Amino acid sequence: MDKVLTWRRSGFSRRINVATMWRLMAALMVTTLIMLGSLSLGKVMLSPLQVLRILLSSQDPSLTFIVEQLRFPRMLLAALVGAALSVSGLILQSIIRNPLASPDLLGITSGASAAAVLYLSFFSVALGQQYLPLAAMSGAGLAALAIYLLAWKQGASPLRLVLIGVGISAMLTAATTFILVFSPLTTTLSAYVWLTGSVYGASWPEPLALSRWLLGICPLLVLLARQVMVQQLDDQLAQGIGVRVQWLRAGLLLVSVALAGAAIAWGGAIAFVGLIAPHIAKRLVAPGFGGQAVMAALVGANLVVLADLAGRVLFLPLDLPAGIFVAVLGTPFFLYLLIKQRH
Amino acid sequence: MTSIASRGLTLSYQRQVIIDALDMQLPQGRISVLIGSNGCGKSTLLKSFARLLKPQQGSVILNGVDIQQKSTATVARELAILPQTPSAPEGITVRQLVALGRYPYQSWMQQWSAQDEAMVNRALAQTSLQALADRPVDALSGGQRQRAWIAMTLAQDTGIVLLDEPTTFLDLAHQIEVLDLLRDLNRLENKTIIMVLHDLNLACRYADHMVAVHNRTAFAQGRPDEVLTETLVKIVFDLNCRIIPDPFFGTPLCIPFGRELPQ
Repeated sequence: MDKVLTWRRSGFSRRINVATMWRLMAALMVTTLIMLGSLSLGKVMLSPLQVLRILLSSQDPSLTFIVEQLRFPRMLLAALVGAALSVSGLILQSIIRNPLASPDLLGITSGASAAAVLYLSFFSVALGQQYLPLAAMSGAGLAALAIYLLAWKQGASPLRLVLIGVGISAMLTAATTFILVFSPLTTTLSAYVWLTGSVYGASWPEPLALSRWLLGICPLLVLLARQVMVQQLDDQLAQGIGVRVQWLRAGLLLVSVALAGAAIAWGGAIAFVGLIAPHIAKRLVAPGFGGQAVMAALVGANLVVLADLAGRVLFLPLDLPAGIFVAVLGTPFFLYLLIKQRH
Repeated sequence: MTSIASRGLTLSYQRQVIIDALDMQLPQGRISVLIGSNGCGKSTLLKSFARLLKPQQGSVILNGVDIQQKSTATVARELAILPQTPSAPEGITVRQLVALGRYPYQSWMQQWSAQDEAMVNRALAQTSLQALADRPVDALSGGQRQRAWIAMTLAQDTGIVLLDEPTTFLDLAHQIEVLDLLRDLNRLENKTIIMVLHDLNLACRYADHMVAVHNRTAFAQGRPDEVLTETLVKIVFDLNCRIIPDPFFGTPLCIPFGRELPQ
């Protein structure tokens, strides 16, 4: 049994699962090590100690530039994108009560992709790249809104959300391909890189913009955390214990669309993180949204940072999009966890 | 004393009227059982008692006040409902499930008060689930799982508990176990229990008050020996039967037969 600590001060009380706390600490340490590794490896190989020295004091300006201006923002962007997608998937899996739910399945990713490709093909020459995140985010939001409205039938039921999500997603994917076929060759290439998901060439403004956005969503997430578990009960039971199920579901959906939309806007349509990272997290800590969300964020961050590292290092001097490696890295680990649990 | 009453209650799905202008009263501190054929609207009626369904017309009166006038949290503190075959969040333990019953008493600040902890432990003890408290709900047997759900409604600490066919999918031994548990809760804790049951003989044995739902209204209501007659079974269930006193309990025992009487 997991030991549970109880924390009570006048008017404030929480339960804390001790095992979950320890595992989160361990995961945080692993994350730090992976990040340090990501800063060390690349075309110019450094030792972790060298990296620490560079970060703490100014050294050789060219090495400082590589670590602080090239690798650090890119690594940070990868981590934020992974964390946001993963938490978004965790929320969606709980709303839909289906282990296959993820931003990819529900049309959020394809909405962002269609909008982004449309923007890259027809507006990027006139307006430049800076409005790409805005376009992607609006696409994600519009797709999610359309799905929610179409699924509404005296309340939005999880099953209808999934079915309509899959339908809209298929339609938007077709639209994306259609636009790609008709767009000029130069934008097709950049669109493909974006569609695979890449943090290539990230500089400081990008992770900073994404982190500001995510910090804005966090309070809402903290506020709703307590409710995630209760809405996983049947609608009737949840209503019976006093939950406003429809409001809660709409609120959680909004949070998860905002998270995934922002992540995709700056990191491209990195598929699979939102599906697999929450599953890995759920197998690492006991049920309870708070612990699972933090673990999911860490797992997602590590997954994308590692995927980006693989893309940078494995095929030197090529620099491949991180999206390619997410599934390659995530699936074996996930299968390992599943098989280990079977015994 | 009345726990739940309805006044001119009309319930419908889309345009189909399920219950029409029903006036009824269910006694406080007693076990009331709704019986009726499949699709007669007894589950729908139960849902409307818990405000899961808005009446088309009329009202449900909970502890003397129109239920639509009460806040969601107030209703959840006065009445708990256990739907038929509920599903639990993935992987949670019995203790976590029972703790969810404390939701109407919690706030963002206060998520695990001493009262919450005491009530959860009490609910686990009442349902003899202490030994299983840290098992995942998915790993329990059908009877144990039903006890866990009942424990959750107990943690909700309400005077009234509604149950929709709490014995479905349980073998006979576990049916009796669950019904005995409910009767203990009624006798020892003075809980008002309102449930839908399919087995007429068990319904008669455990009910203090019985309502036969038929033809969009309460066809008959009262003590089981007043309600369950051969004519009623013929009308409500379209079934021939003989009714004799139960040799152990004296309550009506319904022996159904088909078209032909045995020799």
